[in-house]
Amino acid sequence: MNASEATVESGHLSVPPMVRAEGVSKSFGSNEVLKGISLEVKRGEVLCLVGPSGSGKSTFLRCINHLEVVSAGRLSVDGELIGYREANGKLYELRPREAARQRRDIGMVFQRFNLFPHMTAMQNVMEAPLRVKGENKALAEQKARDLLDRVGLGDRQDYFPAHLSGGQQQRVAIARALAMEPKLMLFDEPTSALDPELVGEVLDVMKGLAADGMTMIVVTHEMGFAREVADSLVFMDAGVVVETGDPAEVLTNPQHQRTRAFFSKVL
Amino acid sequence: MSSESPIQAVRLRHPWRNVFAVVLIAGAALFIVDAAGRPAYDWPAVAQYVFDRRITQAAVNTLQLTVYSMVIAIVLGVILAIMRLSPNPVVTSVAWFYLWVFRGTPVYVQLVFWGLLSIIYQSIDIGIPFMEPFYSFQTNAALNTFTLAIIGLALNEAAYMAEIVRAGLLSVDRGQEEAATALGMGWFQTMRRVIVPQSMRIIIPPTGNEVISMLKTTSLVTAVPYSFDLYTRSRDISAETFNPIPMLIVASLWYLFFTSILMVGQHFLEKRFARGVGDRRPDKKGSAPTGTGAVPLVTGTQPTVVAPSQTTNPSSGPGGEGPR
Repeated sequence: MNASEATVESGHLSVPPMVRAEGVSKSFGSNEVLKGISLEVKRGEVLCLVGPSGSGKSTFLRCINHLEVVSAGRLSVDGELIGYREANGKLYELRPREAARQRRDIGMVFQRFNLFPHMTAMQNVMEAPLRVKGENKALAEQKARDLLDRVGLGDRQDYFPAHLSGGQQQRVAIARALAMEPKLMLFDEPTSALDPELVGEVLDVMKGLAADGMTMIVVTHEMGFAREVADSLVFMDAGVVVETGDPAEVLTNPQHQRTRAFFSKVL
Repeated sequence: MSSESPIQAVRLRHPWRNVFAVVLIAGAALFIVDAAGRPAYDWPAVAQYVFDRRITQAAVNTLQLTVYSMVIAIVLGVILAIMRLSPNPVVTSVAWFYLWVFRGTPVYVQLVFWGLLSIIYQSIDIGIPFMEPFYSFQTNAALNTFTLAIIGLALNEAAYMAEIVRAGLLSVDRGQEEAATALGMGWFQTMRRVIVPQSMRIIIPPTGNEVISMLKTTSLVTAVPYSFDLYTRSRDISAETFNPIPMLIVASLWYLFFTSILMVGQHFLEKRFARGVGDRRPDKKGSAPTGTGAVPLVTGTQPTVVAPSQTTNPSSGPGGEGPR
């Protein structure tokens, strides 16, 4: 079921939200990491997920592109159920090929960059468009050059990741994710592995993306970024959503005890 | 750029290195002078046989045995390694059983078994059980001893290659697979484009070792019995001439020659697959990181170490000159 069908079925002109989570739970063995997460992310919205470590933020992010399999609940992106196909009231696991197709439209940026170390910056960005989308080389090259320019690394095309700073590597990683022209970008603590003076250059690229209308979910500890860029802030703790709202509102006037306790430590 | 003048230090001296080197060279020289005159080595016979037609042909045979069995072993090894890492328990068990059998028995014994194949199975039938086979061939006629030797060596080696490849695949950071998966790449693409190229750096050195090892293991094919390899051939010749020592030297020279070539090849392969790894220089000329932006790099003048001049030469250290 794709976006247009969903719209027709629901019978009115409103489009489905980019991400809809309903009671999403995830357990590793007996350890329940997510306990019924429900939230919506609208098109063009920037949502920041904050919370103490171990609260399940990253796990939830990884569920959205099916790097982790959800144990219970429903998770859909652009009206399309993630990881399963629903027919006759039953869920069927997707084939790996179908799951891969869903992931194409969802870009992900990792805490530790995970650039391919044996490829140059340019090759990193071109890899997926060439191999997954089957784009022709000239076009992929042109696009990769534009993307590297956009993240401010036009002069670093032929560098291997090992010869780039952390901030530069993360910007290449963002360009690599953008090369697939995703409709949704997931950021898993994108600045946590960076030296403090390199954080700004990565956040600047992300701000640019947000300004261009990209839908983004950002797991972060950068409260300044959340306040400035995010449309909504979600505070998670121990696998549940504790508080949701306008970032400035939640940051300055948290309603819950746990939220207050957390912000009093990080702000 | 700094106003300080570069450091001019007296280079640290290592007198014992020189002493040790002189002792070794003297020992080696003594051995060579002695060996040159020793009649048992029979150098004229070595010179006569080293390019003997039978020997050069045997050298080619040994090289063929090595190359063919290694190629088959590497292909099989990759398949077995991937099977062992597969999520499918049936496939994993098959690979495990293969390794158990082929690593658990001596290669010599396996080669004898392959030699007896035509006695155990006179004919090999391909078809549906209990029905007329589609295709049937006499084992004896279809498989000569050369082929059996290659099969024997390759199947044994594949078990070892599988472990080497598996170690290489496991050495690649899990984040690499995740990044590729998140980009929508399939399992096979991820393997071929991301995991395998990075594991090559780990796989190549021990594989080079295995190739060299295989070159010498070919001397066991006499168990099949295949008798046209380098070692068996030189031994057969010495059985006629009653002069085994020069023939052993001849065989060793050829083994050393091939090993040297293989080592050169390995060096270039390692260089190729070290691209983008940590502290190596970038491949492309002129692309070394420059001081723009946030690239962390060490700047400033490197301390220069100069060789000690004649005047600062310390009075002869402990044993500065070699003995004698």
